[in-house]
Amino acid sequence: MKRAWLVLILVAMLTAACAAYPSAATLPVVDTGANPDAWAKIPAGKFWMGIHREETDIPFDFEMMVTDVTNAQYAQYLNAAWAAGKVKIVNDTVVGHYAGDKFMGVKHEKEIKAGDWLHIPLKDPSQRLTFDGKLFAVQARYENHPMTVVSWFGAKAYCEFIGGRLPTEAEWEKAARGTDGRSYPWGNKIVRNNANYYSSQDPFEKNLGAQGNTTPVGFYNGKTFESYQTLDSPSPYGLYDMAGNVWQWTGDIYPDVHYRYMRGGSKGNYEYDLRVWTRNSAEPDYVSPSVGFRCVRNVK
Amino acid sequence: MHAISRRFNYLFRSTKGLILVAIALISLVTAIWGMLSGPMAELGLRDVVVRLFGFQLVDAEREGRIFMLYHTIAMAVIAIEVYIITAIVPMKKQEQSTINALITVGYITSMIFGLGFAYFGHNWVLHGLFLFGQSLVFFSGILFALALWPWKKEYSVQDPEYAHAPGGLDLERTAFFAMAVATLISALFGAVPGSYFGNGFESFLAEDVVREPHKASLALAVIGHLHIMLALIAVALALIVGRWLDFKGKLHKFAMPLMVAGSMVLSMGAWFVVPFQAIAHAIIYGGSTLVMLGALLLVIFGWTKLIRERLSEQGIRKASLSQGLAALLHDPLKFGSLWQMVYMNFTVSGVGIFMAIKLDKIIRVWPAREERIALTGHWHILSGIIATIILLYYADLVGLKGKVRQGFGWVVILASDVAFGAVTVFELKRLWVSEAAQQPLVNTTMLLGDAGLATVLVALAALMVWRLIDLFKKKGRWASELAEAKEVQQ
Repeated sequence: MKRAWLVLILVAMLTAACAAYPSAATLPVVDTGANPDAWAKIPAGKFWMGIHREETDIPFDFEMMVTDVTNAQYAQYLNAAWAAGKVKIVNDTVVGHYAGDKFMGVKHEKEIKAGDWLHIPLKDPSQRLTFDGKLFAVQARYENHPMTVVSWFGAKAYCEFIGGRLPTEAEWEKAARGTDGRSYPWGNKIVRNNANYYSSQDPFEKNLGAQGNTTPVGFYNGKTFESYQTLDSPSPYGLYDMAGNVWQWTGDIYPDVHYRYMRGGSKGNYEYDLRVWTRNSAEPDYVSPSVGFRCVRNVK
Repeated sequence: MHAISRRFNYLFRSTKGLILVAIALISLVTAIWGMLSGPMAELGLRDVVVRLFGFQLVDAEREGRIFMLYHTIAMAVIAIEVYIITAIVPMKKQEQSTINALITVGYITSMIFGLGFAYFGHNWVLHGLFLFGQSLVFFSGILFALALWPWKKEYSVQDPEYAHAPGGLDLERTAFFAMAVATLISALFGAVPGSYFGNGFESFLAEDVVREPHKASLALAVIGHLHIMLALIAVALALIVGRWLDFKGKLHKFAMPLMVAGSMVLSMGAWFVVPFQAIAHAIIYGGSTLVMLGALLLVIFGWTKLIRERLSEQGIRKASLSQGLAALLHDPLKFGSLWQMVYMNFTVSGVGIFMAIKLDKIIRVWPAREERIALTGHWHILSGIIATIILLYYADLVGLKGKVRQGFGWVVILASDVAFGAVTVFELKRLWVSEAAQQPLVNTTMLLGDAGLATVLVALAALMVWRLIDLFKKKGRWASELAEAKEVQQ
């Protein structure tokens, strides 16, 4: 009898551990009021970079998107880029040409050759874009969520298509923390209502468990959504979601290594990964439901 | 006053008392600091603990804090091993008491002031005392190595059952000595970059720099240091378990040279990471193979002995398979200490070898944060396994008997193995599930991991509470353990 109870308890524990697979039908619809087409100016000058605050100079002004690129923006871009022949569809993936990296043959370095590389997979279960053979569209309720499941190549291609580029790590970090050396875009402390991170208990977390779902861009703006009170959490230059929600691809290509670097932390990370200097890296064709991007452009 | 002085004598002058104090302090630190991360933080307990104790957690200093926390716990673990070794390896009583006194003052100073500096504001006096404590531990280590000097005539071995060189050189003592010397050099290997990076608070976690194509020499030294220190703690523990089980005979004669050579080669490999990175890993593989072979021989000896002795107690001459198995599992403390070494191969060594072989093809196709999870899981499990073996040893040392022995032993083995197994699956989850579909697996493995570890901690807490209550008794178990220690000293 005791053994039976033990088995029953174990089965109950394991069953309780199984979260339901995400369903868009239960996703809250939230209009954050953010304008995904807005850009913010980041002035030239020095700032403290990295955990050890090394003085770094960016001697020019630049502009960065106020929010991450959304699914709707990316779908719109793909329709235009496909029509213009900038991208191709091969085996349920969108691919595009990349000129290749300089390969030095250093230990662990992989060669990124010139050729067609993955931009987005179309059949990935986390993909929020749809393609009916003629048109790219967005799954209902995900229009204003950040574009994810997009490779570095796909992110770079988007930014260049709209006349911008991916930010360098230095640009990204300055835009996120300003010049006072803070740890998070909004200051030096983080609480659950500041950003979307692991177990931050936002209303979208119910959809996917503690790992969470993306929140719409600009969600943490001080308003109340679905009876959830957010804290207004912009960076010193007015950028939103520079910590949490999705990692953001940056544009640097470093010698002797083929990885590309991401910043900002995501919905799947503990809060310490949301500190502004934290880096993540992956191969440039890596895609994930926790990785998105935003662009910068030079100020004329 | 006499009552207090007798208890003080027990806690700080007897081997069992010293081990109890160290385990209790580690338990306390684990219980409090364990609330600051993982599921406890998710449940909101971190905020309660932070307010209760007045922790000053500056987000930019997380790496430095963790760095000091690891060191304070490691010092206490090393102290436990030193207490055991000074009790089981022949040496002068004066040497034993000096070594134990120094390391006790050292690790407690380092623990109190290290944690004080890291978590309660950065008073540099506290940092100085942290370093002073570590220096005492190191100085104690030098005396420890000198006391273990194997070429003293009085420690030569003639008994043909135990491994020794033709001149009588005790090879087991030599293995302890080699481990001690390698540990001292490896500690220096970490102290130098520690001083460099610590000055200005530029500490970093090794798992965050693994993908840098060109690492600074001092960063490589940090990586080498942490690997070899943990490995040598494990080597010391294997030697301790060997003495506990009275390891001898043919297998002992093969195993001890393997342990001596393995410790030295393994350590050299870790040191070579700085000047000769290209060949260092080959040397490390060579050294670890030797050590692991030595440990395998110990396991074979130990399990055979457990079966033989139990069957003999039962009067069974020709045992069936089930009788043999029952005999093997009869004493969970002794069986478990060896089983955990075997289990380590599945959850630590095997995983490590897999990661090394498939580094470019699998592990580094994952994002860096996934690789970091695998790395941290890897060494947390190794530390956890070491801790469980120490617990099983201590439970035997304090004389757990009957159902309590069975219960405690099996709870520690089963619960910890469930946790370590679950964490292994969690850290390698990307082999089986995509990020989009991972949540059920994450939930299950986290639940099993947390439940397993919580169960072990409850068993540990029960043991500690039992010993604490015992200390309030006039003629408690502590009193007889103190009397026993005095007898040994005389």
